[in-house]
Amino acid sequence: MNKRKELVIIGGGPAGMAAAIAAYEKGIRDILILERDKELGGILNQCIHNGFGLHTFKEELTGPEYAARYVDMVAARQIPSLLHTMVVGVQSGNPCVVTAMNKEMGLFRIEAAAVVLAMGCRERSRGAMNIPGYRPSGIYSAGTAQRYVNIEGRMPGREVVILGSGDIGLIMARRMTLQGARVKLVAEIMPYSGGLRRNIVQCLDDYGIPLKLNHTVTQIHGKERVEGVTISRVDENLKPIAGSEEFVRCDTVLLSCGLIPENELTLDAGAKMDDVTQGPVVNDRLETTARGIFACGNVLHVHDLVDNVSGEAEKAGEFAAEYILKGHSDWGAAVRPKIPQKTKCTLPEGRDAGSQLICIGCPVGCLITVKRNEDESLDITGNTCKKGEAYVRSEMTAPVRTITSVIRVQGGEGKVIPVKTAQEIPKGRIAACMKEIRQATVKAPIRVGDVMIENVADTGICVVATGNMDISK
Amino acid sequence: MIYDVTIIGAGVSGCAIARELSRYQLNTLVIEKALDVCEGTSKANSGIAHAGYDAKPGTLKARLNVEGSRRMQRLSEELDFPYRQNGSLVLCFDKKDVGRLNELKERGEQNGVRGLRILDRQELLELEPAVGDQAVAALYAPSGAIVCPFGLTIALAENAAVNGVEFCFGTRVLDIQKKNEGYLVKTDQGDVETKVVVNAAGVYADEIHNMVCESKMEITPRRGEYLLYDKRVGSLVSHTLFQLPTALGKGILVTPTVHGNLLTGPTAQDIEDKDGVATSAQGMNQVQQMASLSVPGIPGNQVITSFAGLRAHITTVPRGCAEGDFLIEQAKDAPGFVDVAGIESPGLTCAPALGEYVAEIVTDILKPEKKEGFINTRKGIPSMALSSDEERQDLISTNPAYGNVICRCEMVTEGEILDAIRRPLGAVTTDGIKRRTRAGMGRCQSGFCNPRVVELLAAELSVDESRIRKSGEASWYLTPKEQVKEKGAAYE
Repeated sequence: MNKRKELVIIGGGPAGMAAAIAAYEKGIRDILILERDKELGGILNQCIHNGFGLHTFKEELTGPEYAARYVDMVAARQIPSLLHTMVVGVQSGNPCVVTAMNKEMGLFRIEAAAVVLAMGCRERSRGAMNIPGYRPSGIYSAGTAQRYVNIEGRMPGREVVILGSGDIGLIMARRMTLQGARVKLVAEIMPYSGGLRRNIVQCLDDYGIPLKLNHTVTQIHGKERVEGVTISRVDENLKPIAGSEEFVRCDTVLLSCGLIPENELTLDAGAKMDDVTQGPVVNDRLETTARGIFACGNVLHVHDLVDNVSGEAEKAGEFAAEYILKGHSDWGAAVRPKIPQKTKCTLPEGRDAGSQLICIGCPVGCLITVKRNEDESLDITGNTCKKGEAYVRSEMTAPVRTITSVIRVQGGEGKVIPVKTAQEIPKGRIAACMKEIRQATVKAPIRVGDVMIENVADTGICVVATGNMDISK
Repeated sequence: MIYDVTIIGAGVSGCAIARELSRYQLNTLVIEKALDVCEGTSKANSGIAHAGYDAKPGTLKARLNVEGSRRMQRLSEELDFPYRQNGSLVLCFDKKDVGRLNELKERGEQNGVRGLRILDRQELLELEPAVGDQAVAALYAPSGAIVCPFGLTIALAENAAVNGVEFCFGTRVLDIQKKNEGYLVKTDQGDVETKVVVNAAGVYADEIHNMVCESKMEITPRRGEYLLYDKRVGSLVSHTLFQLPTALGKGILVTPTVHGNLLTGPTAQDIEDKDGVATSAQGMNQVQQMASLSVPGIPGNQVITSFAGLRAHITTVPRGCAEGDFLIEQAKDAPGFVDVAGIESPGLTCAPALGEYVAEIVTDILKPEKKEGFINTRKGIPSMALSSDEERQDLISTNPAYGNVICRCEMVTEGEILDAIRRPLGAVTTDGIKRRTRAGMGRCQSGFCNPRVVELLAAELSVDESRIRKSGEASWYLTPKEQVKEKGAAYE
């Protein structure tokens, strides 16, 4: 391999791929993406639910579908990547030096005119939260559980308590439920959820899972496997209130308590860090203080939506290209990336779910009020787009949902393939649909859009693959 | 078969004794109720090789401590486990207490500790700039050191196994019966006949003792809670900082670990439950508050995990035994039954000397011959994280699996994890992998590597992934597939 590249991109998730494509479009041809996992796509591959791509592609995609579109764009430009490859060091300079290793090539160095950091983020662990109690098995960060269920096709537990109502926690509440686990409750220490309003509706309300605001886990029970948790109400200083303890039996605790940019390499490169974003300090060209090294995506700061990651990463790719083509300029001033105001999501207190609906059509989650007139016509107010009106009409008459899950695969490189119902199905058919999905087995190879189950649960709607899978070698 | 020696308990003491006995022509068996070595007190402590100024002069504790401290470095070279002599400081926060610092120094000197020095605040600051404003003086012990408690225990056990000692894990002693010659040890895995029993059962040593001896022993576990911090703050201090014990308690230590993290703790609370290693909000707060006296500004958001360990504190000694000391002797009413009980702090430090001391007691009873061809050294698992680039390249060329990183926080590779499973007394649990390789020991606390480690273990052990455990017998991670299929969904 040529050990000199114009641009090396560390991380083949949504940020890395978008940066690579944008740099290519600006005329950079000698690009290499380094990815530590077995495929490009990053964490999107395990985010099998839908809700991605409304900004970027003007349609609602699942995570693997969103990733697959970028994988295709990378492939169309013949941008090379190395998989199963871990970067162990990055040095700034002219050229920058990236040290990486994998099984086939051993340890190797690549010189690059510029580097884009796109390593993403990690989840806060139980230890980082000082949750008292034992240290049994059965405590997972929500993302670890998501990997088990959606990539490995395994169930990490049966009776679940989720701490933290970030979107991953809410999504996993529904996911575990659909796979047959019983989710007892979601506890959130804040007086509002950290997730999107629509996720509270479609992940918790749809399945009758209680969201306990102002509550936290104050003890983990079980010496070997989790046997339960104590949850307590907290006061305005987030301190547990004595006497409010309640024991909840469960064998699994999922933690969805925040994400932390993964900046080991950034620090290694000597880049200055920003305490607020927990990412590197960058200028208006997304260049870190380590010259020639750019950053984008969740390594720079934690984003709410992947669409925003892609947008930011495109810019980083373009700036890196400019840097390679036009050379250095003054670093300039530090510019903190715009961090979207964290949505303090609550459902209005005392909301009458029968007449006040949260639209699940997009991340905005409009609160829509509906009044049924004597002639059965509906007065709909509060929606900010047409989707809201359509949603309410359907919800008041025949509510429907798109179901996403995985199906077991025979003879494939992976164990399961992500799938979705090609259209929304009646809410009442979800259980029957899931039963068929859980029992199905399909054969590799599989391409996005391939029909996996026809006429699922007699709905007339088919279940299609949302990912690609090759035959196992 | 009749064993010559049966050691109950595969903690650091049991493993040190096993290794010393493996120098002799003896059939030695170690019985352990857990699935791995180092599963009790040995896995949850300060990881300190104490200099030896704490124990009362003339006690066994004092003697074994100073001897153990002196031997640890050489042992770490022979058996290849992490050890670093970083020096320790006992901080004094009140001018009125400086006299007690002097007493400690004198006691240390009586015990044979070398190089002890009292430092004034200025000298202290030069040595350890991060100490708090209230520290007025300190006792400096250059021979104080830090050691990896897992590394030490596993190294001793592996070396013992290589030299012929048998280990039985997942085996619980139910009863011990005195026979004409020797003992019958009844376990949940069958009976064992043995000439000598060594009781190194940690917090359970009283139960084992009481199965055999008339004069009873009682051990009350003393829980100590700890907080472990990210490597980013690991170099906040370079020495191990103790606090001069006061009426308020023994104080909290702040120390770098041999792997570069920062460790604070322990609390001290007597509890009843011998497996009661739960942490508490109160305990963790106490550790944070008291640690800030030694080193202000330890960032609370850099904690990566907390844990609690139990010290085997004897509250009732058998008749005729010394109080407040280790209880290491052949039981008065049971020839061939050797207690190694009450091994609380500084038990880890003592291990190298304790092993030899107990081996002497045993060899006095059995009069065995020395073994030809005893293997004195052991090489640990190579660490990609600690290797130079050239060493890494060499390792990957010998085995490409060293090029595949599984634990990204601690940079542990597939090759190291496979080594951990395939070695003598190889790991069978994810905690076993963690303690041998550090996979899962880092800041994400196994969030990323857990599914991969489970997959590797299952493949190597030829079992389904649902059979892989964290540490204890029932500490499964995954639900078996057939159970998932059988169960309907809750919402149906």
